[in-house]
Amino acid sequence: MEIVHPRSIEEAIAGLSDGAVPLAGGTDLMVEVNFGHVRPENVVGLRRLEPLREWDGSRIGAGVTWRRIEKEGPTALAEAARTVGSPQIRNAGTIGGNLGTASPAGDGHPFLAAVDASIELTSAGGSRLVAWDEFFVGVKKTARAPDELITAVELPDELPERQAFGKIGIRNAMVIATVCAVVTRSEDGRTTVGLGSVAPTPIRAPRAETMISSAAKPTDADLAEFQRLVSEEVRPITDHRSTEEYRRHGAGVLARRLLERCLR
Amino acid sequence: MIVELTVNGEPVTARVNHPGSLLDLLRDDLGLPGSKSACEQGECGSCSVILDGALVCSCLVLAADAHGSAVTTVEGISEPGALHPVQEAMHRAGAVQCGFCTPGIVVAAADLFAVNPHPTATEIKEALAGNICRCTGYGAIVRALEGAEIVADR
Repeated sequence: MEIVHPRSIEEAIAGLSDGAVPLAGGTDLMVEVNFGHVRPENVVGLRRLEPLREWDGSRIGAGVTWRRIEKEGPTALAEAARTVGSPQIRNAGTIGGNLGTASPAGDGHPFLAAVDASIELTSAGGSRLVAWDEFFVGVKKTARAPDELITAVELPDELPERQAFGKIGIRNAMVIATVCAVVTRSEDGRTTVGLGSVAPTPIRAPRAETMISSAAKPTDADLAEFQRLVSEEVRPITDHRSTEEYRRHGAGVLARRLLERCLR
Repeated sequence: MIVELTVNGEPVTARVNHPGSLLDLLRDDLGLPGSKSACEQGECGSCSVILDGALVCSCLVLAADAHGSAVTTVEGISEPGALHPVQEAMHRAGAVQCGFCTPGIVVAAADLFAVNPHPTATEIKEALAGNICRCTGYGAIVRALEGAEIVADR
């Protein structure tokens, strides 16, 4: 096995060109290695690649760890970061690695969906920005080509003032989400709902968003309808972690509670 | 490939021919069995080490990726022949049952006290959230560390 430790983005991309595996925090890849599911021959070690750790306003480098996002991120993304694994996992795991794995349960994804973030992919030919809903194409499948490196997450310059993250799981720490969600609400009432673990990719709930965005002061009946629409719009499955029914119900309840937090 | 790193302050060199973890390197090649091998998926924290200043699970670090890094294991958490204040506090309080999780707890707690000398019980619990004690001896561990006069440095 060979590993290269690039000192620039260019070197990292050159390393990927012959089929090497990008390694960020290792919290996903190493589980696969330890259980004998993958055996990488060539690895590009990104952990100490400084340009990936740069965080400039709305542009978060792919190598920024959850630990740092927990402390410095926008409200709902910081709240999500605090629920990623454990201190050990947050010190290693990065936002770029989360995107590379593209688990339907990724804790960072609902925020990126709710604020319409883009993902920066860089290859020898240059960089391209891919909207979140084009980046995620299926369960653990993304629009990233093998010769591309996830280099950054681009957030909008202006983020909604009110935002909240929530996660349903069997305990507070070290839990993979049964449902996770972010709700944002702007001054003008515009509301967005990003949801994870309830479809093959992170999703939004457009009908619920449209309905509640037009309610300047949502009543209890509005909130109930919002909850019902969210539950209707998700596409969960039954697996070892939960059931379709529970996730559908939980998504509506969670989104409603997060909206209520935004309205306070 | 040859991996050069610093372990507990000493430069070490090891040959790595397979995509194994830093944990395996520490235990099998460097003779440091203090970091325990259990879940191998970052769930239990029994393999916790300090890597380049950050608390991580050594089972989730590719050994070859530790090239050029500095690692502190439980064996190097205290001065030679002495106990780390965290170890003293746990020893005094009897906060050990079977002992398997203890090295990981000690490293994680030492990491907490290095930045927060007077953590609350809640902060201790959150800092140790990645360390599983299968004997469920959490109460004694938190009590041992809460209010302990621990001035940690690493």
